Amino acid sequence: MTSRAGVDVRSLQCLRRARDTIDRNYAEQLPIAALAEEAGYSLGHFISAFEAAYGETPGRYRSRRRVERACELLRSANLTVTEVCMAVGFASLGTFSRRFGEIVGRSPSAYQREAARVGGPAPIPGCFALMWRTGLPASAVGSD
Amino acid sequence: MITGISIVSVWVLDQESAKEFYTKQLGFEVTNDIALDNGMRWLTVRPPGSTGQEFVLMDPSHSQLDAETAEQVRALVAKGALSPGVMATTDCHADHAVLAERGVEFTQEPADRPYGIEAVMRDDSGNWFSFTQRKGWQ
Repeated sequence: MTSRAGVDVRSLQCLRRARDTIDRNYAEQLPIAALAEEAGYSLGHFISAFEAAYGETPGRYRSRRRVERACELLRSANLTVTEVCMAVGFASLGTFSRRFGEIVGRSPSAYQREAARVGGPAPIPGCFALMWRTGLPASAVGSD
Repeated sequence: MITGISIVSVWVLDQESAKEFYTKQLGFEVTNDIALDNGMRWLTVRPPGSTGQEFVLMDPSHSQLDAETAEQVRALVAKGALSPGVMATTDCHADHAVLAERGVEFTQEPADRPYGIEAVMRDDSGNWFSFTQRKGWQ
C-alpha cells in the first residue's frame, strides 16, 4: 500500500495502534519490545518508524505522557511528589524528576508549590485521584 | 443567519470499510451513497433519528485534493492525527458499553470531566472523536 509519496498507510495504522496502547496503559510497565511485536516490527525498526511518524521514540513519548499526567495530579490532587511519580508509572524518583524538569522546566515539587500558590489547594482528595485511570485534561483543573 | 453545521467532513481511508463501521458498529444510517461523474462517491451517514448533522465520509484520493495532498491527508488520518469533532451522547457510560461490545476502539474510557462525561474513540480509519455527555446539555 506504499504510494508514490512513500506513505505506507498500513504501517502508520500499526504505529498508531501501538501509540494508542501506550496512551491507554501509560502507567503500566509494558515492554517496548512487546509493542513492537504487536505492531509487527523488530524492536529497532519499530523505534525508528515510531520516531519518524511522531517525532520521538516510543519510550520518550510514554515518559512525556506520564509527565503530562503527573502535572495534572500535582495540580489537582492532594498527593506527594513520590505518590504522583508512582501513580503515573515512573519506577524511580530520579528518572521522574529529571524527565519532568526537561519537559516542564521546573522540579515536580516547585511545580506543585506554584500550582497551589496560584490556584489554591488541590481540589481533589488523593484517594480519588489514585482511582482514576485516565486523569484529567490539562484544561480541566487548576488556574488559567 | 447561521444555524449550525449541517455536514461534517470526515476523511476516511476506505469508504466501503467506513460505511460498514459507521452503520454496523456505530449504528448510523446511510443518507446518501451516490457515485458522481467525476469519480467521487458522495457517502453520507447520520446518527439514527438525527435531523441535524450528517457526516460525509470522503476518500481523499477521490476528492478535490491533488494526489500529493491526498496522500498527506491519508497519512495524517492513518497515524491518528485528525479529529473531525465531538460526538454527543445522552449516556456516555451506557453507549460506551454498547459500542465497545461491538468492537469500537476507545482510547479513553468514560471519565468525569468538569464539562461532562467524556470518552475518546477512533473510527476504523484512525480519526478520533471525543464522545461526550455534556453537563447541562441535551
